[in-house]
Amino acid sequence: MRQLTMMKATLEALSGEMARNPAIFVLGEGIGKRGGNFNTTSGLFDFHGPQRLRDTPISERGFVGLACGAAMTGTRPVVDFMFADFVLDAAGEIINQIAKIQYMSSGRIKMPIVLRGCIGIGHAAATHHSGSYYSLYAQFPGLRVVVPSMPGDAKGLLTTALRCDDPVLFLEHREVLGLKGPVPEGDHLVEFGKASVMRQGSDVTVVALALMVHKALAACDILERDGISVELIDPRTIAPLDHDTILRSVAKTGRLLIVDEAFAPCGIGAEIAALVADVGFDELDAPIRRLNGAHTPTPYSPPLETAVVPSTEIITQAIRDLCDE
Amino acid sequence: MQEKQPFLELYRTMMLIRLCEERLAKSHSRGLVHGACHTYVGQEAIATGVSAHLRLEDVVFSTHRGHGHALAKGLDPRQLIAELYGRETGCSRGRGGSMHLFAPEVGLMGTSGIVGPCILQAAGAGYSFKLLKTDRVAVAFFGDGAVNNGAFHEGLNMAGIWKLPVLFVCENNQFATEVPFACSAGNPRVAHRGAAYGMPGIELDGNDVLAVHTAAGEAVARARNGEGPTLLECITYRTRPHSEGMGDFTYRTREDVEQWKTRCPILKLKRHALETGWASIEALDTLEREVAAVVELAHEFGEQSDWPNPATATHHVYASH
Repeated sequence: MRQLTMMKATLEALSGEMARNPAIFVLGEGIGKRGGNFNTTSGLFDFHGPQRLRDTPISERGFVGLACGAAMTGTRPVVDFMFADFVLDAAGEIINQIAKIQYMSSGRIKMPIVLRGCIGIGHAAATHHSGSYYSLYAQFPGLRVVVPSMPGDAKGLLTTALRCDDPVLFLEHREVLGLKGPVPEGDHLVEFGKASVMRQGSDVTVVALALMVHKALAACDILERDGISVELIDPRTIAPLDHDTILRSVAKTGRLLIVDEAFAPCGIGAEIAALVADVGFDELDAPIRRLNGAHTPTPYSPPLETAVVPSTEIITQAIRDLCDE
Repeated sequence: MQEKQPFLELYRTMMLIRLCEERLAKSHSRGLVHGACHTYVGQEAIATGVSAHLRLEDVVFSTHRGHGHALAKGLDPRQLIAELYGRETGCSRGRGGSMHLFAPEVGLMGTSGIVGPCILQAAGAGYSFKLLKTDRVAVAFFGDGAVNNGAFHEGLNMAGIWKLPVLFVCENNQFATEVPFACSAGNPRVAHRGAAYGMPGIELDGNDVLAVHTAAGEAVARARNGEGPTLLECITYRTRPHSEGMGDFTYRTREDVEQWKTRCPILKLKRHALETGWASIEALDTLEREVAAVVELAHEFGEQSDWPNPATATHHVYASH
């Protein structure tokens, strides 16, 4: 299969869906002629023009609220945040309005809206360009939260998002945007709530998201040479979260490590740990372990930045330790 | 607007709002309305005068004080009252209550418990209508409390840039709950702010339904013709407390309220009708009795309606529940 970067893969999904559905339009800063800070809309302006590729003022709350009203009245907005940090000013519009309107209207108003932006630590971007907010959004009823790690999945998940009548947070880790992987041609959909088993294994289950999937894959390779067989699961969407695949894997391995760059307290790792402790307790042969990014704003200086993110070495050691328990 | 029928329709709509609100106030004190209840008494001319120009497919985004907007846009009073009584037959099927009324079938896209978002959502509807190449229009109703919120600035700016078919209708009732508008605005002339966003800003007597009707007619025509948004500032006054059951005279005087009651929009239109002779007192009385009967039936409908099934409490969180 051909290899594309995640950036190219999601552009292919957006481009295909915009050609297919004239109600889709994109809002964001520099997503018109410029083609997006991360090339999210590269080349689309020439096809679809300024109404469908709408450069906005720096009014995050404003254009997210505008997108809400548009989604209620027959169009399908895609809001391109650039960095997910920027949209915190619009959190009320997302959490109080977009997430709740289907419910309040007893399902008579749909909310077909995609809210996409970059997350993740790297590039010495420091704390206003490196947050991961997926656990926050996943707590609220009414939102779908997608965190892809592979280009092929990203294409399939974005296509699903663009055909979904629910609001979708599509959060792309900046450090994986440029990584290449196999991407199916043509129509490609990946269902929400279906995890991907990246590696089959029998000794320990590792659940990882976004960039951590790639670091965990490297750890799997190292451990394989030592005869440790790791089953690696990428949930791909955390709302909905695929309980069955995680529980089935833990039933097989008896051990679980969750690797999440985002904060530990009240995070998706805590949720997965609680799920397994609750439903899969009898299957466990060792305590559930979590590895998270440090609970601190993201520092700028490279050695400090490196220190707050789980590395392949740390993940490898954590898996070894867990296997010894 | 010189014909008799449209005048009578304005009168009927204002009367429907007034009598529904009085019924709801009574029901609130009896415990039939379970949550907060912000009435529109005194402000009826605004929703009525604006909505008279709207088609079924046009849309309205409203506030916490939204019963009047809902009725003026065509919500069946039975569905309004049933919703406040928490019943399955309510317009939001008991999921919303007073502050979250939804009836997309008549273009009511929601009242809201949060001040400000309706402005942005109306701009978004305007964006949809433009993209879909229709001549539909969107209206945001909001109070003076909303105009110092960032949503007002961001929403009007975007509507101004993209010439969106939207009416921004500020109902300046002079108090944000109990904080006087005069204490909240560096420039208290809301209409003057239109210029900052490249749109006409028009100040009106919000208790004069004919004035509102005329100005809104021009604004709707501009919007339908692709000439962009308009800001209307309608000066008015609510003559009941902020919310039913709240005290009223710590921040304003009894005399102020009584004085404003003499400027009641319904009385004003009635006086005008009788002076100019387009309606007789008998005709207006008959109309009032008809509306009172409709409201009484709506109340009975609400009271007799079933409660929602508790097993459905988590339905409709997602499109496929």
